[in-house]
Amino acid sequence: MALRPLLTRRTLASASGFSSNGGITTSFRGLQTFSLPDLPYDYGALQPAISGEIMQLHHQKHHQAYITNYNKALEQLHDAMSKGDAPAVVKLQSAIKFNGGGHVNHSIFWKNLAPIQGGGGEPPKGSLGWAIDNHFGSLDALVQKMNAEGAALQGSGWVWLGVDKELKKLVVETTSNQDPLVTKGPSLVPLIGIDVWEHAYYLQYKNVRPDYLKNIWKVINWKYASELYGKECP
Amino acid sequence: MGSFSLHASCLAKHNLPWSNGCSQNLNSLRIPALQQRGPGFLSRKASKILAFYGLKSPPYALDALEPYMSKRLLETHWGEHHHGYVEGLNKQLEKNDILYSYTLDELVKVTYNNGNPLPEFNNAAQVWNHDFFWESMQPGGGGMPELGLLQQIEKDFGSFTNFKEKFIEASLSLFGSGWVWLVLKRQEKRLEVVKTSNAVNPIAWDDIPLMSLDTWEHAYYQDYKHDRGKYVNAFMNHLVSWHVVTARIIRAEAFVNLGEPKIPVA
Repeated sequence: MALRPLLTRRTLASASGFSSNGGITTSFRGLQTFSLPDLPYDYGALQPAISGEIMQLHHQKHHQAYITNYNKALEQLHDAMSKGDAPAVVKLQSAIKFNGGGHVNHSIFWKNLAPIQGGGGEPPKGSLGWAIDNHFGSLDALVQKMNAEGAALQGSGWVWLGVDKELKKLVVETTSNQDPLVTKGPSLVPLIGIDVWEHAYYLQYKNVRPDYLKNIWKVINWKYASELYGKECP
Repeated sequence: MGSFSLHASCLAKHNLPWSNGCSQNLNSLRIPALQQRGPGFLSRKASKILAFYGLKSPPYALDALEPYMSKRLLETHWGEHHHGYVEGLNKQLEKNDILYSYTLDELVKVTYNNGNPLPEFNNAAQVWNHDFFWESMQPGGGGMPELGLLQQIEKDFGSFTNFKEKFIEASLSLFGSGWVWLVLKRQEKRLEVVKTSNAVNPIAWDDIPLMSLDTWEHAYYQDYKHDRGKYVNAFMNHLVSWHVVTARIIRAEAFVNLGEPKIPVA
């Protein structure tokens, strides 16, 4: 069943880069619940690209809400499954996809960002840098492409740099709402995701999403993306 | 690039009972210049005006909805977002003369294209949606509907409280960006609460919207940040204009028989 991968601690840990201090606990019923992972930097550390106010709201309110609702939906799912209530199980899918996706996506997002002193914005070297040049022409070309797709996205969603682990190819994709990248292709692994929901930039950039996209590259953590890439394409 | 100031013969009609569209203020009209076609092409004075849409003002001052919707928020939401949709639509229409000379209603339905929206749909529908949304609110709004509208709500939802709960629940459970509507369903001849994503609008499938709530984050973030619940409650208790909804349902009754048809007896 498609739900299994979501509930396996190992799968989630590898998808979201959780370490043992990440946000997974096991309740007395054997149902794994999730909690908000800590940011590896201060809320204000990404200024002026992203304001401290946005980081705090984004992390403490938005991400937390996804986690809370995800846990609730999982518990309801557990109940429905043990009762054999098929309609209820099916009805819960959208809440799980949305809130679970929100949790998965944001967990990746925090790792995609780093303060400038911590290497944020430093271009990728090594195999990822080479692959980007090979596939897109240059890092600049990749950035332009992602910015264009991010700006053109209607409504809420994400723009991704991913790698197809079967074809060993880099891809740029967008997903809507909180759909994880894997919904665009089962062999796609996210390297960098940029949140283009309005809550990710509104207080600072208002409706000028292109400015947010231009500036966020100054705090993108290419080191993490390179590590992930190295794992999938050794 | 030239811009002409012409007395607006307004082509942006809105089907609202108390306005004929032309009595509203149309701001920032700019007719696209059709010169500069090529080296041999002489620039002409007056170009053919085929169709354009203007930014319609809300029927109240931008600070009139304080403290439930701040002037600052309206300045951004109306002045930047809504305005942006209008400009975007006009730019798209400059290049696509098949879509000229529709009313805004017609343009929304045509570009919706039965669920395979054309590129102009997003802008056209968002212009329609925002015009409708501003008019769905008033200073000193909220409270309860009266008389026939209240009866219809009680008939279709059980009670006004039930309806209010349903509407709030829909607003909170809408994933992503979208709108929540009170619509009159044309076929079923009843009121319903409907959620739509992004720019989608119930006129696309021929239902009759009576009021709407914008649940895109830009509609509330500056005032309420992440707290959509507080925003929805402020809307229901202090902003929604039941007068406007009444006027809309009265007009809708010309198209939908809500009770027994009144057949005169000879």
